[in-house]
Amino acid sequence: MNGLGRALFAAISTDTNKDIDQYPADAAAYRIPRGQFREAAKRMKMAGARLVAEWATDETPFGRGFGIYACYEKDSEYLIVKTHAPLEDPTFPSITKKFVPAYRFERQMKSLMGVIPLDHPDQRPWIKHEDWPQDAWPLRKSFDPAKPLQRISGKYEWIRAEGEGVYEIPVGPVHAGIIEPGHFRFQAVGEDIINLEERLGYVHKGIEKRFEGMSWEEGVRLATRVSGDTTVAHALTYCRALEAMSGSNPPKRALWLRAVMLERERIANHLGDIGAICNDAAFSFLLYQFSRLKEMLLRTNYKFFGHRFMMDTIIPGGTAVDISQDGTEEMLREMDWLKKEFNRLVVIYDENPSLEDRVRDTGILTPEKARDLCVVGFTARASGLNIDCRIKNPFPPYDRIIPKVPVLKSGDVHARVWVRIEEIRESIRLIRDLLNTLPPGPIKSNLPQPPPDRAGFAVVEGWRGEIVYWLQSGPNGEINRCMIRDPSSVNWLALEQAIHGNIVPDFPLINKSFNQSYSGHDL
Amino acid sequence: MLRILHQIFRTGIVTEPLPQGAEKEIALVGARLEEAIRRRFRRSLTIRQVDAGSCNGCELEIHAMNNPIYNCERFGMHFTASPRFADMLLVTGPLTINMERTLLRTYNATPPPKLVVAVGDCGFNGGIFGESYASLGGIGKIIPVDAYIHGCPPTPADLLNGILKLIGG
Ligand code: SF4
Repeated sequence: MNGLGRALFAAISTDTNKDIDQYPADAAAYRIPRGQFREAAKRMKMAGARLVAEWATDETPFGRGFGIYACYEKDSEYLIVKTHAPLEDPTFPSITKKFVPAYRFERQMKSLMGVIPLDHPDQRPWIKHEDWPQDAWPLRKSFDPAKPLQRISGKYEWIRAEGEGVYEIPVGPVHAGIIEPGHFRFQAVGEDIINLEERLGYVHKGIEKRFEGMSWEEGVRLATRVSGDTTVAHALTYCRALEAMSGSNPPKRALWLRAVMLERERIANHLGDIGAICNDAAFSFLLYQFSRLKEMLLRTNYKFFGHRFMMDTIIPGGTAVDISQDGTEEMLREMDWLKKEFNRLVVIYDENPSLEDRVRDTGILTPEKARDLCVVGFTARASGLNIDCRIKNPFPPYDRIIPKVPVLKSGDVHARVWVRIEEIRESIRLIRDLLNTLPPGPIKSNLPQPPPDRAGFAVVEGWRGEIVYWLQSGPNGEINRCMIRDPSSVNWLALEQAIHGNIVPDFPLINKSFNQSYSGHDL
Repeated sequence: MLRILHQIFRTGIVTEPLPQGAEKEIALVGARLEEAIRRRFRRSLTIRQVDAGSCNGCELEIHAMNNPIYNCERFGMHFTASPRFADMLLVTGPLTINMERTLLRTYNATPPPKLVVAVGDCGFNGGIFGESYASLGGIGKIIPVDAYIHGCPPTPADLLNGILKLIGG
């Protein structure tokens, strides 16, 4: 047992049971009494853990009521604390006062599963908009997802600010650019933003529920489409969780190919976003230059993997595509070309004073706030937190080629850009290394169906950060629950914090520097 | 500054004469398009993009139409921030219940005559998300659609092709 497990036992020794039905074994799950749920959170906080996710399951097919879960992490140890709430009393102690991100997780659990976090400071729904019937809890087994939803009239209560000269700016859900929908409400005095409130859920497509009617093999196609810019990482996390619970080991060649694709996805998105950030700082020259590089990468993806965003290339048990010797060599040449082109552009970025003026000291997320909000990915690494699950929880081949990632402390737009610049360089190195050591052999192994009542857990560092999947099989080995936690689910909170004290015209720039997924959050 | 100029000259013009894989067809439609845009839109077709629930994959490809390689502005197309100036709505799906009202409002805010193009397999019938409590399915469920562009997501070439076809016709 590791640090977090020991801390949990020290607090709640007599009633803590290790759950043997959860895989892989190094992400342990412990069952505790419901009344101890908050105490466990407190102990985790004291032990220095981060809240990774919190979710609920409907376990009535097993006659167990609702399952309430919280996942914590510290120093590469993941620990899941689990408790049950009976059907007639679907409540649990809120842990929001211990961990900030629980604020939204729990509102979401209440809205979609109808389990009530006691003592939660905010009883408003999340994702579920005001025109849904109160008792529409789509994640419950008794809910029929095929039936169209009744609509009611309702009103969402916004947080208000009052005072002389305070005014409100509502933005969205349809934004000025070609981006996903979401609503932002600013309270400002003059140009200074005093508060920002986000409202999301517009692209809620019922993804988690939809998994429940699918076979495990079909499920990966849906996971691929959770967030269209992160198709590889989502598919990979789903597959790894599924492979863990069914005891399947994909062949080495497939593992290498998956990592090549994961790093290519990282580079492509970073390139596009760095360009877009420069554009929001009125330097369109770099937008066009970076988008040219990105386009070339997408074309290579199409040529060798059959899809520009590499959709449907990762499947349970391995990959659906292989690469020829010629393809390997061409991709290696592409990486040399990219490195040269990229470095030239970075010098231009770095030497431009008007750009510097916009990106430095703008949208600061301090390391303290980053830790409190439990943010992940490049957002965390730009604010002094050294977390990257490629390093902390490496799966092959990352245990062999350990990536070196930069950690900056300033937490401003520039830091987020610079971390991504360094990550591109590192990903180029990784892809070269992977292609040079690509093992021969098959690309897919058999996937046994998972046995009933088993759970699988996986984390993968996508380009935005840590993606988490937790899968649970039902009484017949089918999908009973698929919990998805995109990095955006926690990182959206950071935008609200980083905006304080900035001016309204800098909002697009700051928002872009985070570039969160709406679809991955809304599910 | 010198570096910027260097980079500009080194890069040259990367815009491809026509999107790959569709040369002949687009050459044909392209010629008619110029004509149609001149005649029907006074040289400029203004598009408002609306994400009515997509996974963002379709948006990435719509973005790519603007990159220097496809450079859709040369056909006289450009994207506007407001539906009030738009000739065309380019809508991605699936249509979520939480976007239903907003899409309708955007449609009503667009002055007639207006064209609606539904993008992607999801814009057609909800794609993999289908029809459920949260997804109404295709865009055609609540607003009239003039053309569908299939694909998951459609490539920038598919998108250009689809729009040119609708306009040229
Ligand atoms: S068609 Fe494909 S890429 Fe477009 S929104 Fe649907 S799933 Fe995403």
